Amino acid sequence: MNVKEQVIAIIAEQAVLDPEDVSVDSTLESLGIDSLGLVESIFAIEEAFDITVPFNANNPSETDFDISSVASIIAGIERLRAEQTAA
Amino acid sequence: MKRVVITGAGTINALGHSVSETFAAMREGVCGIGPLDVRDVDRLQIKIGGQVKGFEAEGRYNRQQMSLYDRFTQFTLAAAREAIEQSGLVFNGELAVRSGVVLGTAGGGVSTWDDNYRAVYEEGKNRVHPFVVPKLMNNAAASHVSMEWNLKGPSYTVSTACASSNHAMAQAFAMVRSGMAPAMITGGSESMLCFGGVKAWEGLRVMSRDACRPFSANRNGMVQGEGAGIFVFEEYEHARARGAEILCEVAGFSMTSDASDIVMPSKNGAARAISGALADARIAGSDVGYINAHGTGTAANDKTECAAVADVFGAHADRLMISSTKSMHGHLIGGTGAVELLACIMALRDGVIAPTIGYQEPDPECALDVVPNEARDAKVDVVLSNAFAFGGMNAVIALRNI
Repeated sequence: MNVKEQVIAIIAEQAVLDPEDVSVDSTLESLGIDSLGLVESIFAIEEAFDITVPFNANNPSETDFDISSVASIIAGIERLRAEQTAA
Repeated sequence: MKRVVITGAGTINALGHSVSETFAAMREGVCGIGPLDVRDVDRLQIKIGGQVKGFEAEGRYNRQQMSLYDRFTQFTLAAAREAIEQSGLVFNGELAVRSGVVLGTAGGGVSTWDDNYRAVYEEGKNRVHPFVVPKLMNNAAASHVSMEWNLKGPSYTVSTACASSNHAMAQAFAMVRSGMAPAMITGGSESMLCFGGVKAWEGLRVMSRDACRPFSANRNGMVQGEGAGIFVFEEYEHARARGAEILCEVAGFSMTSDASDIVMPSKNGAARAISGALADARIAGSDVGYINAHGTGTAANDKTECAAVADVFGAHADRLMISSTKSMHGHLIGGTGAVELLACIMALRDGVIAPTIGYQEPDPECALDVVPNEARDAKVDVVLSNAFAFGGMNAVIALRNI
């Protein structure tokens, strides 16, 4: 599975949906993922990709990790993997 | 002052997954204590316990619930469902706003601490699941009961080691008696039977390696159990008006503190709690037919408890029955008083006194009728349930037939 497929699988599991029903344009809100589901998704992403996501639930919009859509999450993960592998 | 009755009871423990299964096991003198089935049991010196068997969280709870429910919460929710469904109460409107849940636990999510310490210390992981805190907190079980059953009144968790449940039930009783709440969900739960939980108890050198034999001269310590006991305490007129089945009346309680030693029990503190419960319930000592003992099976507790009972009841101490059901279900620590209240209800309702099993040799320091080894048919109208905790904190509850 590539990054996109893995992220969609993680998000779909949280949203209790089939992966086919999750598109890269979906927002977490539109998929019915609440704040607890969001932190659980981030945990699952960290575990799957062995990265640390700089996410603070107190202030999600200020965090340097864009969670506004599945596509932005995928982009964020790819950037973090590159940075954290390099480091 | 209102009268308070019990209109629902639920449990899960080593003797059964329901009240009826537990009563049947208590009548038969079944021993629920056996070899522990926990990770790394080979590194434990104490390898026995009263474990709940055949309880699978998978299938019972969904994935999201599983990530939030420690085993002590799982037990609590199962027992609460049995109790509340029996009561027939539906919490909405004014009833929901004023009714709450007060539960006891000593350790809360012990296995969640254990699993996650393992992950970060033993396995060297640097992150844990986001729900570790809401899963392990001591009030998690009470919170989930409140959410599942729409209880919006006074709700919290009491933690006084081995007396936690009795303190919780005393608080719930006081709230209903005072008119503060029309009904309260109460009781307690514990789940410490994991490597870290048992290892901690091992350190104190008070655990038996073979059996819990309360009051027997050859007793050699306590055995841990796990599970939950949950009850619906309801104002008497409220219960009567809706035609609810009443299991018994909660008549009074007392709480005392020894203020002396962090682990050794005190005869005086225990006696004050027993006599205080009688006074609170306005019951004469001579009316008490049965006492569910704290009866841990340690040298210190059992002789101190018997001396306290002798002090309070005088000559009547030789006529009443006193048994320790910990011999069967083990010591549920913060949940123990709740499961033991079931033996009190069985005595009042069914006229069956649960035995002290494993009793082998009389001890002159425990020379009371401890109902050795076999249950007994006896009509009793007033019973007490004792709990004397580490830290010297005691709570005794009085129940009677209605």
